[in-house]
Amino acid sequence: MNDVVYELQQVTKAYGSRVVLKVEGLEVRRGEILGLVGPSGAGKSTLLRLLNFLESPSSGTVRFLDRAYGPGQGVPIAERRRVTMVFQRPLLLNRSVWANVLYGLRLRGERRTETRALVQSTLEKVGLGGISNQRARTLSGGEAQRVALARAMILRPDVLLLDEPTANLDPYNVGLIEDIVRTLNREQGTTMVMVTHNVFQARRLAHRVALMLEGQIAEEGDVQGFFESPRDPRTAAFVRGEMVY
Amino acid sequence: MILHLDPDLLEIVLMSLRVSGIALALSTLIGIPLGVVMGLSRFVGRKLVIALLYTGMGFPPVVVGLFVYLLLSRSGPLGSLGWAWVPSLFTPGAMVFAQTIIAFPLVAGFTMAAVMGVDPALRQQVQALGATRWQTAAAILSEARIGVIVSIIAGFGSIISEVGAVMLVGGNIQHSTRVLTTAIVLGTRQGEFDLAIALGTILLAISFVTNVIMLRLQGRTFDE
Repeated sequence: MNDVVYELQQVTKAYGSRVVLKVEGLEVRRGEILGLVGPSGAGKSTLLRLLNFLESPSSGTVRFLDRAYGPGQGVPIAERRRVTMVFQRPLLLNRSVWANVLYGLRLRGERRTETRALVQSTLEKVGLGGISNQRARTLSGGEAQRVALARAMILRPDVLLLDEPTANLDPYNVGLIEDIVRTLNREQGTTMVMVTHNVFQARRLAHRVALMLEGQIAEEGDVQGFFESPRDPRTAAFVRGEMVY
Repeated sequence: MILHLDPDLLEIVLMSLRVSGIALALSTLIGIPLGVVMGLSRFVGRKLVIALLYTGMGFPPVVVGLFVYLLLSRSGPLGSLGWAWVPSLFTPGAMVFAQTIIAFPLVAGFTMAAVMGVDPALRQQVQALGATRWQTAAAILSEARIGVIVSIIAGFGSIISEVGAVMLVGGNIQHSTRVLTTAIVLGTRQGEFDLAIALGTILLAISFVTNVIMLRLQGRTFDE
């Protein structure tokens, strides 16, 4: 029972009359990296926002650990704080690198002395130990995204949501970030849901993969089966790199 | 006259700073929360409130003075109530009241614009990091800090140099409600040009300093 972190049942999300998400059922298991792939506009980011409780579903329920949340149901702040997200753009605050990494701890009222060492070691994990006093605005794209990752990692979330974290980055930074993500998953057992446009990245990182098309999950399965013997012809086309509509 | 620190002159300068300073403090207390709410939330009638706010930003001070005069006069809607917190006409309190009405739409309007200028995605990111509603608003306000400070300075600039409202509701009474602008009007009318020029110079200096600070802040962040 507790091996399932999220369980979605008959979840839909609509903006006005436009239904952008329609998921009959989806599980996220403890400790896994679930890759979400699919063309843009398929509802991947919307799904992540629901998992982060930034929005609530229009119908259906999202169960997180022991409690299920339906439309309009508020999620207690303590539960919300077990999940965090890294977006496609770094979205750093206009402060120092140090203050950015510390920010989530501050929100939680952490004022212990060991936070200093924690911030420093987290920055070192993303390879940025030497620039903690720099203004966040002056960073390169890859550095900024690694700071964003450090800012999320330091919270030791149960679930880390990643919304195309390596889009627009150079191969060197993509490699760094993939390594950090892999290490985090392996060493701390952080559950991750990762949206990516890059099929190869999903294949490299994910344990399970789900293909989303037009707000629905077309196919979901272990990474090997998903790529080598897809059941759905649309998955097969997607895996081969052909466009899917 | 300025160098000798003429006591009458000093009194007028201090009264100006006191009235406009208190009015600015009140405007900030009203204007910043209002600006944040207007910038971050969506509710029915928001457009109407924004339209009213923008009108308030360009409201002629003398018209505000007229309204406040009518409100506070002994037979007016507020004046006839006799409540202790309602200031009487021809007191510094009445001038503060009028100048607050002039300045708070400016503070609120500029704060709203600054808050709306912050990337909406940043709001989601801050929430995703575990911020409560208050913490989110505080983070957005902090990101918009330059614009917010400009809003306060703009509010101050609008009331320190304003003459219409303070003249009407204050009455330019010597040793009581005389401020820089009203004293300049009187000095000029009476042919006391030395006094008028001295007062004018001081007012210019105050305006100049606040505007320089505003321009410098608009152009850059604090510690970049």
